[in-house]
Amino acid sequence: MRPGAEAVRIKGWFGAHRWLVLRRISQLTVLALFLSGPWFGVWIAKGNLVSSLTLGVLPLTDPYLFVQSLAAGFMPAATALIGAAIVVAFYVLFGGRLYCAWVCPVNAVTDAAAWLRRRLGLKSGRVPDANTRYWVLAGSLLAAAATSSLVWEAVNPVTIVQRSLIFGLGGSLAVVFAIFAYDLLVASRGWCGHLCPMGAFYGLLGQKSLLRITADQRGACDDCMDCFTVCPEPQVIRPALKKAGQDSPLILDRDCTNCGRCIDVCGRNVFHFTHRFDQRSDS
Amino acid sequence: MQTDPTAKLQGKPGASPTSVARRKFLNSIAAAAGTGCLLTLGALVAGRPAAANPAQALRPPGALAEEDFLAACVRCGLCVRDCPYDTLKLAPFGGAVANGTPYFTARQVACEMCDDIPCVKACPTGALTPKLNDIHEAKMGLAVLSDHETCLNFLGLRCDVCYRVCPVIDQAITLENVHNQRSDRHAMLLPTVHSDHCTGCGKCEKACVLPEPAIKVMPIALAKGKLPAHYRKGWEEKAKHGGSLIGDQVEMPVRGMEGKAYGDSRVDGQAGGLNSGWKP
Repeated sequence: MRPGAEAVRIKGWFGAHRWLVLRRISQLTVLALFLSGPWFGVWIAKGNLVSSLTLGVLPLTDPYLFVQSLAAGFMPAATALIGAAIVVAFYVLFGGRLYCAWVCPVNAVTDAAAWLRRRLGLKSGRVPDANTRYWVLAGSLLAAAATSSLVWEAVNPVTIVQRSLIFGLGGSLAVVFAIFAYDLLVASRGWCGHLCPMGAFYGLLGQKSLLRITADQRGACDDCMDCFTVCPEPQVIRPALKKAGQDSPLILDRDCTNCGRCIDVCGRNVFHFTHRFDQRSDS
Repeated sequence: MQTDPTAKLQGKPGASPTSVARRKFLNSIAAAAGTGCLLTLGALVAGRPAAANPAQALRPPGALAEEDFLAACVRCGLCVRDCPYDTLKLAPFGGAVANGTPYFTARQVACEMCDDIPCVKACPTGALTPKLNDIHEAKMGLAVLSDHETCLNFLGLRCDVCYRVCPVIDQAITLENVHNQRSDRHAMLLPTVHSDHCTGCGKCEKACVLPEPAIKVMPIALAKGKLPAHYRKGWEEKAKHGGSLIGDQVEMPVRGMEGKAYGDSRVDGQAGGLNSGWKP
């Protein structure tokens, strides 16, 4: 049976896809804000997700790129510094990997690969260790320091895809296809869950974030495993749902992307969004 | 679980559960480190060739030296967006210019040298340095009359297009009046670039009437020669000190030039000698 089938029966299609739909709307809205300028001449957000200026006043800068620049030995100017500070403050509060689930356009690609993988019943593959992303993160900073240039940006698929979408550059379809093929045929949830240094960086950023998902109704869990099947980082669920190593019902792992898919697919309404001090639990 | 190599260890005497866990942990760390290093190495290899841009790819005004620029530019494209003439482009992935960085190709669209330099204002990081207040101080490159053999002015025609479109006319490009020895009766007005005033905007290259321009804007490092540090120019030293540093020269008489100032080799009046006396 497909994951979430029970949820669809109980809560209806929209009830079982609410956060997914909201997430796709969020991702498309972010893109639309950048595309309205070049496509229709309505300039809302200029630049791209690495650094932008919204409505001519709000600067936003990707702190990972900012840190790479520092590692390469360059102190960016005040605008970038303010922009990075705003972004850091937001994700420290709301969960770093909120970016991965709600903003990053690559998410749609990897979600599609994961979906197709489930539909085709592909189980094989060679998944790199989940810690690899931290090595890539450290490596990207070391490489920047060693060469005094933003080395990772030569190959970073995330920024390549973003830039290509927003600036209408060619040459990125191959990158999108490579990530899709890798996630589909080689490693389940390989890119976002194991390799992407941006995800690792935002994960570290939101380690103590306020916004969390809780398995507060875990007593109702019937072990259908649907949440584990759809979760892009399934290892984060167990401690909260099964009291493995922690008593709290909160999903506290930094890898949780706050995507809310577990809330959607659970027919028993086990999961909810809450804040990190909410310890309420039915068991 | 049966195929897991660490599971076999558990049966071995002396292999405590902690040492198995440690081995497993170390293995996973090693694998992660290996993959991570490989990926970063890949990035290094892929990023290296882009460190040297093709000569036709010029950076926007105020761009730091290329090595510093590659550390400073976060590739957001804000300069590209604020360029009113769509001169600037972002380098696509897989091209010759460092992925995502801004550049322009003078022959296609030259820099219009806006007074308010919007691209520099738009840059959030300072990769286009805010120290550039006057666009005439920009050094995007240096125009070089690279081909004297096809330049129409060198062929004795009056083209002058590069000279006339130059926004810093008569300073960055001048026309130097030289005798045309081929016809022996005309002047050649040779476009001559002066590096202290050329901003590298590329309008001359864009406007050159030839199918392939005879004048091209190149990165300064490529275009410019360099004198050794100890060289002094006599005439400059003379002007600086109000007189020759080594005193007056001994003047040797030149036959046929008696009564003329030293160095004045002009022959006037009589036919023959250096002046053929020919009149059109």
